[in-house]
Amino acid sequence: MSSQPFPSLASVGLDGLLVRFADHLSEPANRAALAFRAALERANIPQIEETSTSLVSTYVRFDPLHLPLERLEAQIKALLAGQDWYAAELPSGRRLIEIPTVYGTDLAPQLAEAARLAGMSEAEAITSLSSARTRVTTIGFAPGQPYLGTLPEPWDIPRQTGLTPKVPVGALVVAIRQFVLFSVSTPTGWRHIGQTAAQLFQPDAAEPFLLRPGDEVVFPAVPRDAFEALQADPMGGIRMRPL
Amino acid sequence: MTLIVHSAGPGVTVQDLGRPGYLAQGLSQGGAADRLALAEGAALLGQPIGNALEMAGFGGRFQTTIPLRIALSGAPMRATADGAPLAWNASHSLPAGATVDIGGASTGVYGYLTVGGTFDLPQHLGATSAHLAAGLGRVITNGDHLPISAKDGPSGLTLPVENRLEGGILRVLPSLQTDLFPQAERARFEAETFTRDARGNRMGLRVLPQTRGFGLDHGQTILSEVITPGDIQIPGDGAPYVLLAECQTTGGYPRIGTVLPCDLPRVAQAGPGAPLRFLFVTRVEALTAETAYRAHLDRLPRSAVPRVRNPADIPDLLSYTLISGVTAGDMP
Repeated sequence: MSSQPFPSLASVGLDGLLVRFADHLSEPANRAALAFRAALERANIPQIEETSTSLVSTYVRFDPLHLPLERLEAQIKALLAGQDWYAAELPSGRRLIEIPTVYGTDLAPQLAEAARLAGMSEAEAITSLSSARTRVTTIGFAPGQPYLGTLPEPWDIPRQTGLTPKVPVGALVVAIRQFVLFSVSTPTGWRHIGQTAAQLFQPDAAEPFLLRPGDEVVFPAVPRDAFEALQADPMGGIRMRPL
Repeated sequence: MTLIVHSAGPGVTVQDLGRPGYLAQGLSQGGAADRLALAEGAALLGQPIGNALEMAGFGGRFQTTIPLRIALSGAPMRATADGAPLAWNASHSLPAGATVDIGGASTGVYGYLTVGGTFDLPQHLGATSAHLAAGLGRVITNGDHLPISAKDGPSGLTLPVENRLEGGILRVLPSLQTDLFPQAERARFEAETFTRDARGNRMGLRVLPQTRGFGLDHGQTILSEVITPGDIQIPGDGAPYVLLAECQTTGGYPRIGTVLPCDLPRVAQAGPGAPLRFLFVTRVEALTAETAYRAHLDRLPRSAVPRVRNPADIPDLLSYTLISGVTAGDMP
């Protein structure tokens, strides 16, 4: 394994360790990160305080005064050597989720700009985006907020250099062949191409976080005048079934 | 059993140590911007660390309906109780009905008002603190009534504080993308004196270089990766952005380094214009600093001592019997 660049270990500040499975988004590396995190949770190492995943990496936060970095690295390397993580199964309990979306209009003003960057007309962009079956690759940035991939090749468009000062909750944004669906109102460097009525984070609900890594999501197009009815629905018109 | 908020500055929230453990769900820990000040407030009242009112830049007017102990810590603010001055970095006993006025910060940013006992607020995901970026809780506004579970205990204590309110040197460990910055740029990063930009909040603050920025040409295409408080992001405009307790959990901007946890209070408390420098340290140096910081936190309860009052702070000085047996010269 030492002759290959991945998986690789990198320290993150004083109390973090990152296990990277690739340097770009790929389906096997994403699966590896999710499966390795699950294995770490099962290993139940006392001085590990928390674990999480990003697109293609697993993060470990630990107490550096009670678990020396070198010892944690040795434990992680031993666990890594135990199986081919790139061939790991996706998490169990995955679901297919449909989130109705208004593309463009006053609700999502950057569709035209994003379509142009992807070399499509607006109508072609809507067809392409609304038919894409995407997977939650990671939850992050804000509570319950998914990164979803992978979109067709034309959607390998860059982030903006500047920031859009604010997009609303439920905004669907695109860049680098991925969607992000916003759970909070926030500034973003990604382009706002669709608007949903999804509430991804409900802190006092029995299940505060709607989406989980591994879930598959589609964003079917609905007309602008359907949006207010979606907003009135506590589920935002979302439909969900086990995979 | 209430603290009535007659008026509040624009950035007053209830804070505690936040919600660790939700990183995988995209929720950062949050909690007090200056955790040392939260610990100092608790020590001044002889109680474990709980919650407090965090006041960004300006306090407000608060009235207690019950006899109440309070502690004031963090960025010093002009404070009075029913018009009489209240010392900062100290605890005080207030009678029922007392009105506390807390003005603007003279240095630093975040002042803390801790009560003897706790603000008795509902927990969301295991904590009472507001996490504004996540939509948890809210800012305290005029007319709020904050329920209190009061507890008896010491007051009239003070403790020595290290000055962390005027900027200074921030110790930094390398981070995930440090190697992408050429050595000469890293050296320039250490040599530069930054000032805090007006743009800053509980999520993080932007610092402005005196000369030019530190942007990378290929900075826009870094893969989104985990973010932790203290990370120093370099966005497209080249001005570093230091992340704090309420930061996002992932991000795609390159990071030149990570400020040590024990220096984060110094980041949070740097007011607009405060000079800041970054200094790369080794992991061994960082562990030594963290060990010293935790030892300092452990010692805090024992370093709170009775306050010797400054006579200038006592408005009704003449009513005190200062030296028994001595009378004014013109008395018979």
